[in-house]
Amino acid sequence: MLSNDLIERIERTALKLRLDILEMVGVGKAGHLGGSSSCADIVAALYFYKMKIDPENPHYEDRDRFLLSKGHGALAQYAALVELGYIPREEMKKVKTLDGILQGHPDMTKTPGIEANTGSLGQGLSIATGMALGLRLDGKDSRVYVIVGDGELSEGQIWEAAMCAGYYKLDNLVAIIDNNGLQATGPIKERFNIYPIAPKWESFGWHVREIDGHNIREIIETLDELDNVRGKPKVMIARTVKGKGFSFAENDPAFHNIALTEEQYIQAKRELESRMARWS
Amino acid sequence: MEMASLREAYGKALVELGAQNKNIVALDADLSKSTRTALFQEAYPERFFEISIAEQNMIGVAVGLALTGKIPFVNSFAVFATGRTYDQIRQSACIANINIKICGSSSGLSDFGDGATHQSLEDVALMRVLPNMTVLVPVDAVETKKMVEFAVRHNGPVYLRINRNDLPVYTDESTEFELGKLYQMRDGEDAVVFANGVMVSKAMEAAEILEKEGTGVRVVNVSTVKPLKKEEVLKYIKGVKGIVTAEEHSIIGGLGSAIVELLRDVDHPPVEFIGVKDRFGTSASNYEELLEYFGLTSKSITLTIKDLLDRC
Repeated sequence: MLSNDLIERIERTALKLRLDILEMVGVGKAGHLGGSSSCADIVAALYFYKMKIDPENPHYEDRDRFLLSKGHGALAQYAALVELGYIPREEMKKVKTLDGILQGHPDMTKTPGIEANTGSLGQGLSIATGMALGLRLDGKDSRVYVIVGDGELSEGQIWEAAMCAGYYKLDNLVAIIDNNGLQATGPIKERFNIYPIAPKWESFGWHVREIDGHNIREIIETLDELDNVRGKPKVMIARTVKGKGFSFAENDPAFHNIALTEEQYIQAKRELESRMARWS
Repeated sequence: MEMASLREAYGKALVELGAQNKNIVALDADLSKSTRTALFQEAYPERFFEISIAEQNMIGVAVGLALTGKIPFVNSFAVFATGRTYDQIRQSACIANINIKICGSSSGLSDFGDGATHQSLEDVALMRVLPNMTVLVPVDAVETKKMVEFAVRHNGPVYLRINRNDLPVYTDESTEFELGKLYQMRDGEDAVVFANGVMVSKAMEAAEILEKEGTGVRVVNVSTVKPLKKEEVLKYIKGVKGIVTAEEHSIIGGLGSAIVELLRDVDHPPVEFIGVKDRFGTSASNYEELLEYFGLTSKSITLTIKDLLDRC
């Protein structure tokens, strides 16, 4: 049983990530608030609990790998990399500018801690599959974690990669579907209805777990449990809320990629800080 | 003239290099018998990945392998290896200068029977426009092998365009392949033909015909289409009265375009393109017949040179 202290520490970290996301979205400049905050708890659990990493040495050979196939959720990853010290905090102000190292979508050539360039949807799972194959070939026990968007499941390449990883029985690969139910223009159910998600992955040879993607205890217990599943790639379907933690933005596709008003920014900051204060 | 298979040379070179360098891996999309990566599969089954008929995923998997230190050779027919996967090559590989090697087999019209869907007349243009990409078109089996050796040494994405059919062997083991170097195959002072792939042999035949008529033709093998060095091109246009480019590719965006891009701001003799004129391929009963159908022949090079020189 994981201690309450540990769970609380990761929960606080996830709140910090949301505050950082808010800082990066700022006032009057567009940013992917919705899809960054829906995966923030998963990102926190991976970076601050699960993954074997060394912020002092981003290329440390035996590290676990993290990829954001839904590259537009970059602000969540940048926040984690800032909190861990991969990226100087002042870079947050320069996100998506010519002077900064934080691109609109993850760029390994510019940002320490980024493992691959993602952003054109559907491609990250294939890269993760190749990494898992390469690590296995080298006899490494490193794992590859990749967050995939649920809207991204419309991309055919996702299913090519799903078949491929299943065929190669890559048990060092964990995909996490950020199932917030919304794509840029509206509910996924009203676009290409991808439901039911679980049987599709099962049929391609994956071990499937469905979880609450905002319950830190459930996320990390499931991640630990997946370590013991052998001979299959694993997928966690995480039910999430787009815009989670930002009351005015939750479940509203309008906040996919949008600028905040000053009032919204102040409200969000107040809400997040008051939640943080409950712990101190 | 000795004829030899480029794809066989490619497959053998991979096997040979794979023995020395354990980081070399190969991926294929259900065409390993044609691309000849079957040889690599036989030699190193653990380093060969059958990715099935899913080329887009194949590029991504190769990128992932490269990011763990492998040197992946990705194989399919040129049309699928570059067209179906263009976005994957651009986004996953080229932006971050990832070390993958793309082998476009059965390139150009060389898969003569299969028709427009399987023939690639746009691949050089597609790959050439991508920053960080190196584009190589071997003239023969020997140069193919040297280019595979180069691709292993070079850090970054490489596109290697490989003809399906046996082609005359012009180069020998002693000629070193150097990236961006142009290779003069014969000299002449009236006109120069910049050619690559199968069109080098057509240009050589044209030069022989014209020599008998008293016209000197220089033939240059442009086996590196990108990076193409301006000083190299300028060296070979010196003194000539006409320039012809010859490629088994669309005249839009390929070798001809690359040469003219470099010549745009210098005085130069008139240029003509030999290539496929904004059309798709078609099925034919043999390769030569198809090349003739599209005017990719020594005869059309001869006539084009004559026409150019008449204009002077």
